[in-house]
Amino acid sequence: QTGTLSGKVLDETGQGLPGASVQIKSLNKSTSTDPDGNFRITGLANGAVTITVSYIGYTPFDQAVTISGNTTTNINLKPDAQNLNEVVVIGYGTAEKKNLTGSITTVGAKDFQKGTVTTPEQLIQGKVAGVNIVNNGGTPGGGSVIRIRGGASLNASNDPLIVIDGVPLSGNSIGNAANPLALINPNDIETFTVLKDANATAIYGSRASNGVILITTKKGGSGAPEINFVTNNSIATVAKKVDVLSPAQFREYVNANGNDTQKALLGASNTDWQDEIYQNAFTTDNNLSIAGKFQGVPYRVSGGYLDQQGTLITDRLKRATGAITISPTLFDNHLKVDLNLKGSLTNSHFANSGAIAAAIQFDPTQPVYADNQFGNYFEWTQGAVPNPNAPRNPVSLIRLNNNNGKTERSIGNIRLDYSFHFLPELHANLNLGYDVSKGYGRISIPTFAAQSFATEGSRSQSLSEETNKIAEFYLNYAKNVGISRIDATAGYGYYDNATTGYNFPSYRATGAVQTTPVFPFGVEQNKLLSYYGRLVYTLNDKYILSGTMRADASSKFSQDNRWGYFPSVGLTWRVIGENFLKDSKVLSDLKLRLSYGQTGNKDGIGNYDYLAKYYANSNTGQYQLGNVFYNYYTPAAYDPDLRWESTTTYNAGIDYGFAGGRISGSVDAYYKETKDLLSTINIPVGTNFSNLLTTNVGNMEVKGIEANINFAAIQSENLNWDFGFNLAYNKRKVTNLTLNPDPGSKIGAGNIAGGTGTTLKYNAVNQVPGAFFVYQQVYDSNGLPLEGVYADRNEDGVINTSDQYFYQSPDPRLTLGFNTALSYKKWTVSTVLRANFGNYVYDNVSSNLGIRSNVLSPSGILNNTGSDFLNTGFTQVQYLSDYYIKNASFLKMDNVGLSYNVGKLSANRNTTLRISANVQNVFVISDYEGLDPELPSGIDYNLYPRPRTYTLGLNVGF
Amino acid sequence: CKKEDFNLTPTNDVTSKEVYNTPEGYKNGLAKLYAGYALTSAQGSDASDIGGLDAGFADFLRLYWTAQELPTDEAICSWGDVGIPELDNSTWAADNVFLRGLYSRSVIHITFINEFLRESTPEKLAERGITGQQATDIQRYRAEGRFLRAFQYWVLMDNFGNPPFVTEADAIGKTPPKQITRPELFKFVESELLAIEADLAEPRANEYGRADKGAAWALLARVYLNAEVYAGTPKFTEAITYSSKVINAGYALKAEYKDLFNYANETNNPELILSINYDGLRGTNFGGTTYLINAAVNPAMDPASFGVPNGGWAGNRSRQNLPALFPDTKGTADKRAMFFGTKATVDEIGTFTDGLAVTKFRNVDAQGKAAPSLNGTFSSVDFPLFRLAEQYLIYGEAVARGGNGGTTAQAITYVNALRTRAYGNTSGNVNSISTNFFIDERARELYWEGHRRTDLVRYGRFTGGNYLWPYKGGDKSGKAIAETRNIYPIPTADLIANPNLVQNPGY
Repeated sequence: QTGTLSGKVLDETGQGLPGASVQIKSLNKSTSTDPDGNFRITGLANGAVTITVSYIGYTPFDQAVTISGNTTTNINLKPDAQNLNEVVVIGYGTAEKKNLTGSITTVGAKDFQKGTVTTPEQLIQGKVAGVNIVNNGGTPGGGSVIRIRGGASLNASNDPLIVIDGVPLSGNSIGNAANPLALINPNDIETFTVLKDANATAIYGSRASNGVILITTKKGGSGAPEINFVTNNSIATVAKKVDVLSPAQFREYVNANGNDTQKALLGASNTDWQDEIYQNAFTTDNNLSIAGKFQGVPYRVSGGYLDQQGTLITDRLKRATGAITISPTLFDNHLKVDLNLKGSLTNSHFANSGAIAAAIQFDPTQPVYADNQFGNYFEWTQGAVPNPNAPRNPVSLIRLNNNNGKTERSIGNIRLDYSFHFLPELHANLNLGYDVSKGYGRISIPTFAAQSFATEGSRSQSLSEETNKIAEFYLNYAKNVGISRIDATAGYGYYDNATTGYNFPSYRATGAVQTTPVFPFGVEQNKLLSYYGRLVYTLNDKYILSGTMRADASSKFSQDNRWGYFPSVGLTWRVIGENFLKDSKVLSDLKLRLSYGQTGNKDGIGNYDYLAKYYANSNTGQYQLGNVFYNYYTPAAYDPDLRWESTTTYNAGIDYGFAGGRISGSVDAYYKETKDLLSTINIPVGTNFSNLLTTNVGNMEVKGIEANINFAAIQSENLNWDFGFNLAYNKRKVTNLTLNPDPGSKIGAGNIAGGTGTTLKYNAVNQVPGAFFVYQQVYDSNGLPLEGVYADRNEDGVINTSDQYFYQSPDPRLTLGFNTALSYKKWTVSTVLRANFGNYVYDNVSSNLGIRSNVLSPSGILNNTGSDFLNTGFTQVQYLSDYYIKNASFLKMDNVGLSYNVGKLSANRNTTLRISANVQNVFVISDYEGLDPELPSGIDYNLYPRPRTYTLGLNVGF
Repeated sequence: CKKEDFNLTPTNDVTSKEVYNTPEGYKNGLAKLYAGYALTSAQGSDASDIGGLDAGFADFLRLYWTAQELPTDEAICSWGDVGIPELDNSTWAADNVFLRGLYSRSVIHITFINEFLRESTPEKLAERGITGQQATDIQRYRAEGRFLRAFQYWVLMDNFGNPPFVTEADAIGKTPPKQITRPELFKFVESELLAIEADLAEPRANEYGRADKGAAWALLARVYLNAEVYAGTPKFTEAITYSSKVINAGYALKAEYKDLFNYANETNNPELILSINYDGLRGTNFGGTTYLINAAVNPAMDPASFGVPNGGWAGNRSRQNLPALFPDTKGTADKRAMFFGTKATVDEIGTFTDGLAVTKFRNVDAQGKAAPSLNGTFSSVDFPLFRLAEQYLIYGEAVARGGNGGTTAQAITYVNALRTRAYGNTSGNVNSISTNFFIDERARELYWEGHRRTDLVRYGRFTGGNYLWPYKGGDKSGKAIAETRNIYPIPTADLIANPNLVQNPGY
């Protein structure tokens, strides 16, 4: 006689919890709930069983049930801010949260940023202490700068390793995609797990110095197909434009200050060029998923279609995504199979973002259109051609530049986890995966377009293909012996990444060849071979010692330097488990963590940099001897001794909980020291084929403190109110940059717009990487800057580059994140705020355009300027004045949302509905007067405004 | 997987062995040595062999010209690019990006040459089975490489005095080079030029664009003229000897002065000893003559008439001292006066029309037709690095300064040959010469060709207060600057990177 157990898992408000795990441990049976919280386990013998129900963010619940035929039971879970028994993914395995030895933060779907989120990393913006995610601007699907604890490198990569369902992504950009992560549909993601300290990351060895983000996608269901449809439709608006002189102000200035020729240049129009290039942009994002169990095999199939317009006219991203996961269990539950396949197709039209700066600069008294040979767009001319020193008509820059990209990507893997029949504690785990993509692009500009008039227009194309293959195998043995538990893992990994870039001739729009490539294609490849192991010893559920080791061999280094070894050790004391705290009414958790570890880095450098090699010239780099133009090879600078950059991290942390977990959080302090930095430094000229070389020189340190606190202020049947707050203090400092340590060494690390090759930022000893190196402005008695008057800081009577000094940097000292959600019955209102302190921005818009010689240009044109010009009145450029370095501390409301959970539409139908409304980028409070204070580069120029987005969403379940 | 699987190699790059396994490979290698002072990189105008400054600035001629002309009475630049105002104002610091660029460019050019010399030894040729005439040709390539190296060491000696010193004996690696003193470097440059003489082609017998004996002699004459500055001992007699060798080697003045600086200078140019070759289609960069032409032109001057319809950067023009050396600024009498504009006085550095524009370089042929250009900005005009007129003036000045082996009468003949061409008749001829005559005559004949700083230093006028020009020392009316500014500083970046280097006095 078989019975069936079915029921529903409900949250504290009585809503069904989708994806909750329901297990009967004694029978090795498990399932998870459908989108409405329903579950169903079949094939049960009648009798008493205990079911264990767990869900991220809730206290697991055991309930005894007596099965008798078709039995129904509902389970009410209570929120547990601490999730101590939650199982989190870690590198090559899982662990219970309470036993973690490293600094690890997990964010589940419930806590993701809401609204129109089209690229995955945006889901956790502001949610994790010490993780800074800043999107690069308003481009549809545009990329983000992700920094975990600030980044540990100078010239090698500072991007974290991202692993999706066990497939590590290469980190390479993919041709013609705005952002490789945007090829993954955020709707398919279940959790993000961020590994921060070395004890957590070191098992990823050479790719772990900048932290690791593990992404887990949604998996199959438990029974009958559950269909879920989510649609989000939004309007994005330009929240703020650059404050430029109005046509009236502009006329007034030119009439008062210009000569007769210049006054005659004034036009009769009143054009707001920024209005001409921006639009309200519509986005629709639709996702359909079916999850269930078919003949005992859990599956999930999903499809998404996104059509996102940019606020810059013509900008558009169309993306179709599909994902399939199936997770059969075979051989009496001894073999678990996990198959994940994801694919995406994107079609982009990229608007020419050069129009953004042009719109700020273009004369507001000129019309958009004119009767001329440039496609009837008004342009400044010089004789019969566009004036080479004038900005181009912003509208023509966009309308006459047809830039299309098409990207295909597929990521997939199969994971086999076999628990040995004769020794169930021993698991063998095999993971085979791939990540392939292909990006194609084409740009065409007509002959008459002013932007390419000199070259009679342009037609060019690009194509690149990337293949990323991985194979991993590990054995895991876990056993409880008395009061001890041993969990040991040992594995092997092989990773092969190859990118083929194809080269095409570029043509004039007339069809004539402009340049031809020397080679039809080039392959960039690197391989990584790894051995890794972890041993976790737990004594009495209180003392946990964890050690990891990884050995990596990379093809980026010579045989002599190929191997790198990356150990870590972590010690955790679960103080709460001690007798003196066991019955504490105040404390619900207290855990101390200490860890040490070394990680490596080799990303961000070339694949063959250690080889002595000669490269071919391009067809515009020939040299004439006699009557012949010669092609030739040039020796490239190289360092045969190139080796691993290595970072040592010390971390001390406390996890705490009060009042039954209603208040919980953690505090971490860390110190990171990177040595043998892969830095591009000045080498003694004459020792190599350049004056700069990427080599292992230098040291850098990063210090920081992170804290977070979660507070469930109100928990009741109808009313719930949660707060989350996180804070991170981070300070990076270069401590050495030369073979022979010298406090004066510095090297350029960032240029500004204006002039040619004007370097503003430097990596310098005893400074934050990328610190601003400027002159100290002298002010008059009214507090206005005196043009060209700078402090003679070295007091030698001459003002020259020796008087420059380091003043501030783009790095925020302190970052804060705050989120809260208040729900009353079926209503929920939530918001996310973020704040940065101590970050400085260089106002490049003002420094480049806010000068008289820009407005009344000697090139025979007039140009507009930002309103800061009215403060300075500078006649000539003063690029390196510290006047332009502005405090850009800010408070932003990222998101505010309201949702109403209708629940079942009618009593006898299973259709459910949830409606939500969201506003993103609600407000920014900052002293910084430019467009946006949040700029990881610290240089404000040509920023694609981050839109304010109004989203209406529907979530329908069947 | 096997260890070898991890020894990956790039698809399109090669090793030195593959580059030099044929005689043609050596010829291509020679082209690279010359490309080293023409282009910013082998990869076109946006790439550079030198880091730390914009690729557009990174070619040899632009940097050399900037160091030799901007801080003098001949030129001033209106741009605010970091580093330019302090050259305009003679207040440069050891960090100056252009000075660092020139220094780096010269030393890196030398490093490329050293690599070629290592790969072209008789042993390597034998190893690669290259013998007979082919080996003899490569022997000549080596001599030309050593000429180019001596040229760059001269540039370093002249500008920086005491640079780091590397030869083919120094392998690529991390061992910092030793510093060489100016007098020692003088000996090296002299000995190299003398040593390679036999292996170089006869004057005017080599391919266009390649150095021959005439080039080596011309450089020796230039070095000897300045020997007192470099090594403390005058060598005017040797300057006369070597300039005479050039003068008697079959060169002749080009008929029209203006055709030396346009696209006509490649063909039928008997005056040319050695040029840096540019091509607006196949060898492009934003330096070289592209820079000399575009930076000197503003929209009001009709850039199309300069062969750069899409160019005109409005930067460089003269200070009033230069046009004042001519009888008139319109070129009515002395046709070498090639100016544009109405206001000779420089009141504002940032105002391009303050100071007369110089119209000497044009990307057009003798008929005024635009020369080839990929984008209407790049120039195809070759730069005359050594030409006969300079040798006439070296001869004359060395005679005036008391060197032996020449005569005043001969010197006057040479000077008048230049002036007759300039005036179109003998009306401008002179009857006598003096040492001071030559500093002015050199300006009239050779202005904007990269000689001025060296000349002013030799005459003791570059520093100190006995000769002023607007904004010398940062003062609008000009003021004295320290004598230590006769040589440029060792760039701070290299001073830090290379512990063997000692900064020049005064910086």
